[in-house]
Amino acid sequence: MERKTKVHAEDGRQEIIITREFDLPLELLFKAYEEPEIFAQWMGTKVLKLESRKHGVYQFETSDTQGNVVFRANGVFPEFVRNEKITRTFEMENTSGSGMQFAVQLEFLEFEKLTDQTSKLTMQIVYKSIELRDQMLQMPFAQGLNMAHNRLQEVVKNLK
Amino acid sequence: MNLRRDVFQAIADPTRRAILMLVASQALTAGAIASNFDTARPTVSKHLQILTECELLQQHQSGREVYYHINAKKMKEVADFIEPFRNMWDDRFNKLEAIMKNYKSEK
Repeated sequence: MERKTKVHAEDGRQEIIITREFDLPLELLFKAYEEPEIFAQWMGTKVLKLESRKHGVYQFETSDTQGNVVFRANGVFPEFVRNEKITRTFEMENTSGSGMQFAVQLEFLEFEKLTDQTSKLTMQIVYKSIELRDQMLQMPFAQGLNMAHNRLQEVVKNLK
Repeated sequence: MNLRRDVFQAIADPTRRAILMLVASQALTAGAIASNFDTARPTVSKHLQILTECELLQQHQSGREVYYHINAKKMKEVADFIEPFRNMWDDRFNKLEAIMKNYKSEK
């Protein structure tokens, strides 16, 4: 399958750029970011608050299958221009207990019309430091590794 | 054991990267690897131990000698460490696209 989502992370910089072309008209792409119910569906999270306007705030949380909140994040929108751009801060809550410390990050989302039926999203995420960026970039990789490791431990345990 | 930290700490060190490059083309004994470096033999041994512990290197016995060779599968995982991040976003955006296509057809 064609790689529609591209990630650009240059060495020694504190930003990540994610681009994606959608088989959707610009208005529909933007709506997926604007409407709380739709946003909740594709992000797979519960939206507690989403004020889709300049200086609006948002907050969402994710629970595990037992209903325990495992992740909560919030932010504000310094800019919110329909069908054009969203600038938002992103902050994870209650990370102090997990041994990980994350600073607020800044995200610039640009929505572009390509044709009547296609559109493009460019997402620039800026982190407080290069180290923090690398950490965030490696997190899904690390989780994958940990999961593989945990599975391996399970297998070994069953062998005993 | 913190596997993630181990792997990334392992490849963060220039000597260990050099060792990986060295054994990438052929399996070598600890002695042969050490002869390529000015550093003391025990230091090289320590590096080999770390690389083996995090599975970037594998050992095999041939007669009296222990050879080190690269674990290609693990190396590929490290090289592709951005890929899971990309996949995470790709999954989200695929879902977004599917939902909005449905939304469109409902209208």
